[in-house]
Amino acid sequence: MLISLKEISKVYHMEEVDVPALRSVTATIDTGEFVAIMGHSGSGKSTLLNLLGCLDRPDSGTYLLDDKEVSRLSSDDLARIRNQKIGFVFQNFNLLARTSALENVELPLYYGPKISAAERQERARSLLTRVGLENRLGHHPGQLSGGQQQRVAIARALVNQPPLILADEPTGNLDSRSADDIMALFQELNREGITIVMVTHEPDIARYAKRVIQMKDGQIV
Amino acid sequence: MTGLITIRIAMRALVRNKTRSLLTALGIIIGIAAVIAVVAVGQGASVTMRNQISSMGNNLLMIFPGSQRTGGFHGGAGTQQTLTAEDGEAILRECPMVQAMSPMVRAGGQCIYRENDWATSVQGVNVQYQEVRSWDVASGSFFTDSDLRSAARVCVLGQTVAENLFQGEDPLNKTIRIKNMPFRVVGVMTKKGSAAWGQDQDDTIIAPWTTVRRVLQNSPFNNVNQLMMSLVSMDALPAAKDEISKILRQRHRLNQTTDDDFTITDMTEVTQMITQVSSLMTMLLTIIASISLAVGGIGIMNIMLVAVSERTREIGLRLAVGARRRDILMQFLAEAVALSGAGGIIGIGLGISVANIVAKVNHWPVMISASAILLALTFSAGVGIFFGFYPAWRAARLNPIESLRRE
Repeated sequence: MLISLKEISKVYHMEEVDVPALRSVTATIDTGEFVAIMGHSGSGKSTLLNLLGCLDRPDSGTYLLDDKEVSRLSSDDLARIRNQKIGFVFQNFNLLARTSALENVELPLYYGPKISAAERQERARSLLTRVGLENRLGHHPGQLSGGQQQRVAIARALVNQPPLILADEPTGNLDSRSADDIMALFQELNREGITIVMVTHEPDIARYAKRVIQMKDGQIV
Repeated sequence: MTGLITIRIAMRALVRNKTRSLLTALGIIIGIAAVIAVVAVGQGASVTMRNQISSMGNNLLMIFPGSQRTGGFHGGAGTQQTLTAEDGEAILRECPMVQAMSPMVRAGGQCIYRENDWATSVQGVNVQYQEVRSWDVASGSFFTDSDLRSAARVCVLGQTVAENLFQGEDPLNKTIRIKNMPFRVVGVMTKKGSAAWGQDQDDTIIAPWTTVRRVLQNSPFNNVNQLMMSLVSMDALPAAKDEISKILRQRHRLNQTTDDDFTITDMTEVTQMITQVSSLMTMLLTIIASISLAVGGIGIMNIMLVAVSERTREIGLRLAVGARRRDILMQFLAEAVALSGAGGIIGIGLGISVANIVAKVNHWPVMISASAILLALTFSAGVGIFFGFYPAWRAARLNPIESLRRE
């Protein structure tokens, strides 16, 4: 079992009004699953993804990632977990502008255990080859199509060989053909054993996942 | 994340915004250049001044006649006629702290050698003048004691006079005319350079004071314009002044209620004044440089704040892929330090060039000390750390979720 959430609650405080984002969410996700989280905006799906990604801590409840309680860790420890165990894929790609695809993919390696520049480049190159961009290593994000940019982002997410990939509307900014390509890539990665949790509001995209979690008002339905 | 990589990433971020980086660093560049130039020029100037002062002669002390008092009115300085060469000889005899003494009688006039003429000053002195001024003869010889006794019409030329009157010709044993009186040239002095106040010390003719007094000033009296003496050491100065004063008051028969009819001056006053002026200048320019550095630092802080807000999403992403807050802090701090450090290095280069130009124009030695460069580097890096810390701290405090959402 890769992820185990038990009675997770999160409340946002906004100008003296408490907005509950998650209400006692309990869920488990096994290694090798491909899960889509669906729901309307405000349903708590983004909050859930942020907690899964160790970008935020729950107010109460426990979160076991790889059998380790992570909901009470220090921010430095969380940073290490994000670096080693989680790969992020965003709707707007979040690549560094005016920086080559190769260097964008290398980025997480700078914050992990020390490795040589040659090895860093080699790993980034092999991953870019893996996502079909071996001819675009030196291209800047501005010189790449949306689909290609998202592939660079996926290569970046994979560079530390994490067991878990979290994707937040990964196809939201893509045309349907690129979206299908990206989802095919996700399926391929999933077949190789990587667990994928993806937030989306498009049923077409959710169909690629093996399991769909529906959320409403901060709870799983 | 290792330090070297942090610095490389910081440099790359700066190169990406070349114009902005250069403009931001300009404040530091100017500040550091000012510091380097000021220190170099200041040191060069003070060394030059010290050289010029010591070129006057070592441990020099001068006595001038005081003002004359007639019926309750004071005349100007030097109106007393009471200071004589005998006074000087008495001082030399009685005061062991005085090493050498020369009276000085000044005259001036047109000097002529064949078709060349040159207006200059004539200093009437004795043979000890060489020792008092620590000034040697370059060619020929100085006049002798017997020349002095007989008021012989001989003279020694300063380099400037020799060049202008003889224009390459050997002046030795030639006869020149000073105020139409013929003088035989027996020697030429070595080059002395300009004095602390800019006067060309080589633009002069030296002759026995007795000759100057009788022949050029046409005076039967033996009072002099000045007595110059060198002391055994500078430490002896206060004691020597006291003793000389006692001797002169006794010789001039002044009672206790009467003012001195002479003034004793020494070069320490000039030295002190020059030191004072130069330290004042240094202080003033240091203040200017500090202000410039502070302004430059604020410029860096400003641009770093802009960079942090521009790159909020980048910061969010870095946090998401595993950067710790410390990494973000170090990244932006490194950028600020790289900015100010690069500014410092350019500033040092600029400062050295400015110092070289100023030194060349003024004929000063260039004094660029390693310690000044080290200080400048430390300062510029310090400015980067000081003014870069707040923006970097703001960057490190950003919430990754909100930062990632920022458009």
